[in-house]
Amino acid sequence: MAGDELILLNYWISMFGARVRIALEEKGLNYEYREENLQNKSPLLLQMNPVHKKIPVLIHNGKPICESNIIVQYIDEFWNDKTPLLPSDPYEKAQARFWADYIDKKLYDSGRKITWNKNKEEAEEGKKEVLEIFKVLEGALGDKPYFGGENFGYVDISLIGFHMWFYAYETIANFSIEAECPKLMAWDKRCLERKTVAKSLGDPKAVYDIVLKSRKIKGLD
Amino acid sequence: MAEELKLFRTWSSPFALRVVHALKIKGLEYETIFEDLSTKSASLLQYNPVNKKVPVLVHNGKPICESLVILEYIDETWKQCPLLPRDPYDKAEARFWAKFGDEKIFSSIWKVLITQGKQQEEAIVEAVQNLKLIEEQLKDKKFFGGETIGYLDIAFGWTVNLIGILEEIIDQKLVDEEKLPLLSAWMQNFSDDPVIKDCWPPRDKMIVKFQVMREPYLKNLVSQ
Repeated sequence: MAGDELILLNYWISMFGARVRIALEEKGLNYEYREENLQNKSPLLLQMNPVHKKIPVLIHNGKPICESNIIVQYIDEFWNDKTPLLPSDPYEKAQARFWADYIDKKLYDSGRKITWNKNKEEAEEGKKEVLEIFKVLEGALGDKPYFGGENFGYVDISLIGFHMWFYAYETIANFSIEAECPKLMAWDKRCLERKTVAKSLGDPKAVYDIVLKSRKIKGLD
Repeated sequence: MAEELKLFRTWSSPFALRVVHALKIKGLEYETIFEDLSTKSASLLQYNPVNKKVPVLVHNGKPICESLVILEYIDETWKQCPLLPRDPYDKAEARFWAKFGDEKIFSSIWKVLITQGKQQEEAIVEAVQNLKLIEEQLKDKKFFGGETIGYLDIAFGWTVNLIGILEEIIDQKLVDEEKLPLLSAWMQNFSDDPVIKDCWPPRDKMIVKFQVMREPYLKNLVSQ
């Protein structure tokens, strides 16, 4: 639609921000990308997300939308004339929402146990939990190319941002996701072949470097 | 086509109440299966193998889990008495505040229940701050949904029940008519609505339940 102003406030390492970038790219939308420094949040961010003060925030014609999965659904519902991200059938839609909710509630916290571990035991616990979550997700994926079936969609978008953090998880907790969850990594490779995904994700090694630096600053290493 | 609807719930789950309210507003008939979470039925584990929780709505044999997901499913499947706003932006706002309610209100109210003294005073301040943020979303409307009960009213509905019970247990007002006038009025309007009125779990049983839940935390605080 002509005259739409879209601004995305983000921090490139965020697996949540990645969801919004991918959704915008999938819909072929033009938007202004603004990198936030989370140690020094912009007045705009604080004004647009006063409740949580977090990224990502999508600003559409001056109005903010917050919380990544909510933003992705908004993008899908507003620009509903092309590339549907969610299924149209209410039952399939409910399944997609269930899995995105599962990813939201479980993966981030368990991943943090690895990246911000205070000791080997915590990292080990995080690794076990992350692998359990991945195995459940592999079950949901089954033999389909994507979580939604033939088409890349909402659940894939919900999960693929974590790709940026896989190298950090594996290196810190000393394990291989590929060895334990080959189906998931095949799905991961498949998603990375999409231009919209590849251009929206930062370099996993660069994410790992940032985690190491932060760990030193926090006195964890 | 004969629709078969089953709701797996417990007698007290606030999340299950959301589904009860939504089904009643839509005028839908359904069968209730009460679960005892200490011995979950084979059916529940079959329908919700991932989280093993209630509520679960089973529609013609197909399960839907997670109360907010169920609400959207009900709204999309049965078009009468719409629960969510039609405008995508308003919808996004409703979803945002429902999530806020689940993440912040629930935990801040829980903190009030399981603390005492200074800790409890601080917990009350935080809870009231969070409730104020929600109150601002009412603006000058009777319900969050406008003139009639909608998705966000149902999402917050548990606060109406649980806050009253909490206030009785701790013998203090959390939702003060002076501090939170709009929210106070909303709680009354919601409670009085004919659809909602008869759905609350037995009050005495709830008070006992939450007093029992509170005990170990208070004992822990005393022994510290």
